Amino acid sequence: MSSSRGHYTQVVHTTPFHSRTARANVLNVWHRWRDHTVADAYFDVSLEYTALRNACAVFDISPMTKHRISGPDALEYLNRLVTRDVARIRPGRVGYCVWCDDRGQVIDDGTLFHVEPGVYRLCSQERQLDWLSRSALGFDVAIREETEEVAALALQGPTSCAVLRALGLSGVESLVPFAMRSYAFAGGELLVSRTGFTGDLGYELWTGNAQAEALWDALFEAGRLHGIRPMGTHALEMARIEAGFIQAGVDFLPADRAVRTDRTRSPFELDLAWLVDFAKPNFTGRRALLEEERRGPRFRLVRLDVEGNKPAKDAYVYDDRRNVIGAVTSALWSPMAKASIALASVRMPWGRPTDELWAEIYYQKELKWSRLNARCRVVTGPFYAPERRRQTPPADF
Amino acid sequence: MTDALTVVIGAGHNGLVAAAYLARAGRRVLVLEAADHVGGAAVTREFAPRFRVSSVAHLTHLLDPSIIRELDLTRHGLAFAREELKSVVLNPTGEALVLDGAEIVSGPVSAADRASYAEFSARLRRLATVLGRQHGRVPPRLGWSHWREALPAAALGLDLRRLGRDDLREFLRIVTMPVYDLVEESFESPLLKGAVALDAVLGTRLGARSGNTVFSYLHRLSGAAYGRRGPALPRGGVGSVTDSLAAAARIAGASIRLSSPVEAILVEQGRVAGVRLAGGERIEARAVVSSADPKTTLLRLLGARHLEAEFAQRVHHLRATGTAAKLHLALAGLPRFTGVPAEWLGERLLLAPSATYVDQAFDHAKYRRCSDAPALEITIPTVHDATLAPDGQHVLSAIVQYAPHDVDGGWDAARGPFLERVLALLEAHAPGLRAQLLAAQLLTPADLEREFRMHGGHWHHAELTIDQALMLRPVPGAAQYAAPVAGLYLCGAGSHPGGGVIGAAGRNAARVVAEDDP
Amino acid sequence: MTRYDAIVVGAGHNGLTSAAFLARAGLRVLVLERNPYIGGATVSRELHPGWIYSNCSYVCSLLRPEIYRSLDLGRHGLQIVPYGGGVTFTRDGDVLGGYVDKEVKRREIARYSARDADAYLRYGRDVMRQCRLVRSLLMRTPPDPTSWRPRDLAELLHVAREFGKLGEAGIYDTIRFYTMSIADYLGEYFESDVVKANFAGSGIIGTALGVQSPGTAYVLLHHYMGDVDGQAGAWGFARGGMGAVSRALAGALRSHGGEVRVDAPVARIRVRGGRVVGVALENGDEFEAPVVLSALDPKRTFLGLFDASDLDARLVKCARDFKIRGSSGKLNIALDGLPSFPALGPGHPLLAGDMHFLDSLERFELAYDDWKRGTWSKDPYLDLLMPTMTDPTMAPPGKHFMSVFVQYVPHRLQGREWTDADRDAFRRTVFAQISRYSPDFEKLVVHAEVRTPQELEAEVGLTEGNIFQGELTFDQLLFNRPFPGFAQYRGPFRGMYLCGAGSHPGGGVMAAPGANAAREVLRDLRRRATVPEGWSDD
Repeated sequence: MSSSRGHYTQVVHTTPFHSRTARANVLNVWHRWRDHTVADAYFDVSLEYTALRNACAVFDISPMTKHRISGPDALEYLNRLVTRDVARIRPGRVGYCVWCDDRGQVIDDGTLFHVEPGVYRLCSQERQLDWLSRSALGFDVAIREETEEVAALALQGPTSCAVLRALGLSGVESLVPFAMRSYAFAGGELLVSRTGFTGDLGYELWTGNAQAEALWDALFEAGRLHGIRPMGTHALEMARIEAGFIQAGVDFLPADRAVRTDRTRSPFELDLAWLVDFAKPNFTGRRALLEEERRGPRFRLVRLDVEGNKPAKDAYVYDDRRNVIGAVTSALWSPMAKASIALASVRMPWGRPTDELWAEIYYQKELKWSRLNARCRVVTGPFYAPERRRQTPPADF
Repeated sequence: MTDALTVVIGAGHNGLVAAAYLARAGRRVLVLEAADHVGGAAVTREFAPRFRVSSVAHLTHLLDPSIIRELDLTRHGLAFAREELKSVVLNPTGEALVLDGAEIVSGPVSAADRASYAEFSARLRRLATVLGRQHGRVPPRLGWSHWREALPAAALGLDLRRLGRDDLREFLRIVTMPVYDLVEESFESPLLKGAVALDAVLGTRLGARSGNTVFSYLHRLSGAAYGRRGPALPRGGVGSVTDSLAAAARIAGASIRLSSPVEAILVEQGRVAGVRLAGGERIEARAVVSSADPKTTLLRLLGARHLEAEFAQRVHHLRATGTAAKLHLALAGLPRFTGVPAEWLGERLLLAPSATYVDQAFDHAKYRRCSDAPALEITIPTVHDATLAPDGQHVLSAIVQYAPHDVDGGWDAARGPFLERVLALLEAHAPGLRAQLLAAQLLTPADLEREFRMHGGHWHHAELTIDQALMLRPVPGAAQYAAPVAGLYLCGAGSHPGGGVIGAAGRNAARVVAEDDP
Repeated sequence: MTRYDAIVVGAGHNGLTSAAFLARAGLRVLVLERNPYIGGATVSRELHPGWIYSNCSYVCSLLRPEIYRSLDLGRHGLQIVPYGGGVTFTRDGDVLGGYVDKEVKRREIARYSARDADAYLRYGRDVMRQCRLVRSLLMRTPPDPTSWRPRDLAELLHVAREFGKLGEAGIYDTIRFYTMSIADYLGEYFESDVVKANFAGSGIIGTALGVQSPGTAYVLLHHYMGDVDGQAGAWGFARGGMGAVSRALAGALRSHGGEVRVDAPVARIRVRGGRVVGVALENGDEFEAPVVLSALDPKRTFLGLFDASDLDARLVKCARDFKIRGSSGKLNIALDGLPSFPALGPGHPLLAGDMHFLDSLERFELAYDDWKRGTWSKDPYLDLLMPTMTDPTMAPPGKHFMSVFVQYVPHRLQGREWTDADRDAFRRTVFAQISRYSPDFEKLVVHAEVRTPQELEAEVGLTEGNIFQGELTFDQLLFNRPFPGFAQYRGPFRGMYLCGAGSHPGGGVMAAPGANAAREVLRDLRRRATVPEGWSDD
């Protein structure tokens, strides 16, 4: 980190796209993403959300934590770090993964980019240098945080592929989900991965800080006829919940930040059993997770379709005998599903598809508070999952 | 699978104890020892032509009597040249102080101190008995998913409660204290304070004013649980303990391969598959029981990659930096120590004239330097055991504190001056000793690390402080002898109950192995 | 002869707290103070015209919010003002700033080590886990682990439950935390020596142990478990100096009808037939009361206020052996203007924070070695603050008050009394360290008060000048404080109680011992429980 002694005079920093995002942010409302600013909304949240689902939208993900991991033991190291089998993530591929502490409790989730043979980039919500470094004991591996060295944008939505093609990125349409490809761009490198946090067709674009402004300009120029818009955190949050994705600090407490040790969750408790590969002989948390598999998890992450139209934010969840069995962690009224949807963590054994669950919702209209007990249906799979998110090559939407 | 091999790494006393018990339980046991002789750090070696000495530990005071009995060590040659040695505290200005168990035999102390010492010793031995009673037990875990798992912890709690109100209160008050504070509140005589202080810090990287040193003193006294009053001198040196253990192990059916250093513990599919020797030879095994120290076993032989991250960090942070050196002198005759009548020369001689002296000796170690004026535990085993030296000649063996493993500038440069300093100090207390000197050997922690493969050259494999004792020894997650890799066990001094030639770690570990995989 | 329901000996903050709670419960209470002013070591004194010195305790972070609220201390004039951060100066002219914003703090630590910057979060988490455990015990009477009484068993169960919440690994870590040295503990988190030094100071303040000695990790906690306005670990000033705390407590006491008499040194606690009957002053005046609380330290209480023949020999020995060694001193300085600290530069926000000048653990340990040898540290650990940066009422406009806490300073110098020459040499040692980082400091000094443990003892009455009324090591904590068997505030006679910092949970201007003692008194009198217990943090 390059930081002079006078750094305290500026607490929160701007991203490499700031000259462009500031111009676009006519609302001038900013979100503090740790020590960087990104727009909460640029002009109108619903327009941004609509652009995402109908055309395409651009979100500045530069503040996301990024670590570069390389060295002779990189693969072995990562396989010990995360719960899934990293050997299956071939060069040019990306894998979603979680990593746990020794108690099998999730520290964070993130995407692992196999940038070139033996060289990886790990993107995560939380800072991980301490954990990654401590995990490196006994491995010949180099770990470097590169959060501030990489400028990144998420370009998401049905026309995103068309925009990238218009940008001249030949062959981008052949990228399957979780694949990536590198292009030369503005005197630097542009890495395009078919990844995202919206559950839609979309890409993430990674480049050097020096190329950031050129990338933004080129993207909006190429997207002019494809309905491109900048998008802030509010619209992204809507898409995230619709896609059913969990977020650290919201849907689960990162285990390495938990003061109260009973507040954390295991991958099984976050509906991420598919990421746990016990065929691997060792990874951090394996023993505890094996034990948990034998004993059964304590909680279940459920996706709820809540009756009515009131967002179930912060609602308690009850069973059919009015016992509190959990709480909603994320919720909103989904414009696409036309439903009130929620992610909730409930105690086992509840959350089975046949369970009758209730959410106690407090909401207010014109300062009058009302309480509502809404019946909830347990949904399997995401609330919104258009076919195009997997289609390769994507059609021109 | 039943006749698949169980490999024991290291033929030190704990490794041999484990091997003997495992073999007696009907297992096929192979002990692999790096050196060309058994014994590990409990060994008698020739350090000068025809002069032999216990190379590291030179007394036994905690050796578990149930092991002696169950393995019939007496029949296998274990004998003591002297038991229940007295302690003679050298006095630079006059008559030495002689302690025998809880009694002050003679010396310049007040009547008040005599009474206090008797009471002090009796009480501390009662408290130490609680620790001694834990030696033969697998330490409890403090997290339980079933009430039955809470029983070992309850047993420990009950042992404490059984002390009675006054003793329990005293235990809870003093157990974390610096020994300095305890002797200050108990005694007047500097010699008496010095003797207790030295016993509290021997083999540790702690000074008399460091917290937790009352605990290490209690550990030293924990042989009280077996009714012992003082340390013993095995005939033929401490090596005779391990020789008898080796015989017992062999009789029970264990094989012992010497000159076979283990280079790696092999892991397949997440469980231990065997070991690889330095020459590349692979030996398959159903279980590997390591008496090597925890850092060597888990981080070097096994490798952190086979462990989970937080556990590996715990092992990484295990404190195991030796600060005790060992001095061996070959002497043409029996030295004369000022203020010590000849009849006491065969006892344990302590050069620790005051608790402050012991503490100041430590101050140098804090800054990675050797003590200007070290504290010593001296024995002249040849007084009782003529087999160790030519007729009429003698061996002086001393533990010298403090000599930090990580001495500034390295031991190659520090060794000579430090040896000179210790000899000068001895000469001051035993005028004429240098004239009797035929040969001298100083084993620094660096030498101990190299010769006995102990990480950091630490006698006890890891500091024996409360944060590294009982269910915290060596680290949580491996304190019940089973390492968190299936088939791997720890049985050395790095595990409960720790260093001091006890043997209980080997015995407890063997029991855990047998229970895991009958 | 006058009768009261309860008499409190000593008008320090704990004595006043006890008295206020008892008066609030309807008792007729008298507090007797030896000095002509109240406050004990919680005072604001004008020792140089125009300057108000917090000349003993100087920060107010541990004062329990439950007590503040119950006694309505705000209405009685107490305002706690948080101040921002601390800073460690390095010998090579740099600083490590403890900024309040955690991202700024992270960038700051990262200038020394990127790993440490991240490890700081883990460190904060683990220390907070320990804080939560201890905090749950502050406003409670420690159970006697050797007792089978239902109340003790219930309290032990409470403690066990709090432990249980930590989880198995957390329990092990807690035992380690209590028995480790601050140096080893920090070594499990940080690699940079400057970063370690920055956090180490809290582990030795007021403690006669070095950073390498096991047992010092807990002391660290003792300085972290406070909160100012719900912000855990934050430090604050009492506006108007620490005397504002005792003034507010006395105000609360008086508002409930309690009395305070100054210049009234108590000579004896009078006992008849195994129970307390009152006190006698040095001038012969006597006051009767069936309940007497001593806010004096345990040594002074048992060895000074009773005839040794009245006491059990075991208790006398306990009192004699009680460790209450002085290990710190203080300089209180009136400044003609704001000194410059070039490493920070003018207008730097951390000028309002506390400043430290030891940048390696080795320097800490060396400082301790001096104390062991019976002299003050030649390169001491200073906790330097200018409260006037936050609270301008303490000095004339444009002038400043500087409080310099100094660790380590012995009670006696190699066995002898301090002389004026010693005091001056000690002052010069401290001035030299400050001047190294603030070249113009010395010429701004208008007045300096030098306080060694001897002054603290003579003036405030703390034996050997120990700021915590007894060291905060495990052998003197919880059920061991002050001694086993006397940790539940009750003395050896019916009606006699201990309410000073020598009792659980100890010193640091927490006022918790005073409150807890009052609760026990009311319990014995079968009065309604009106003293608050701790607030849950779950």
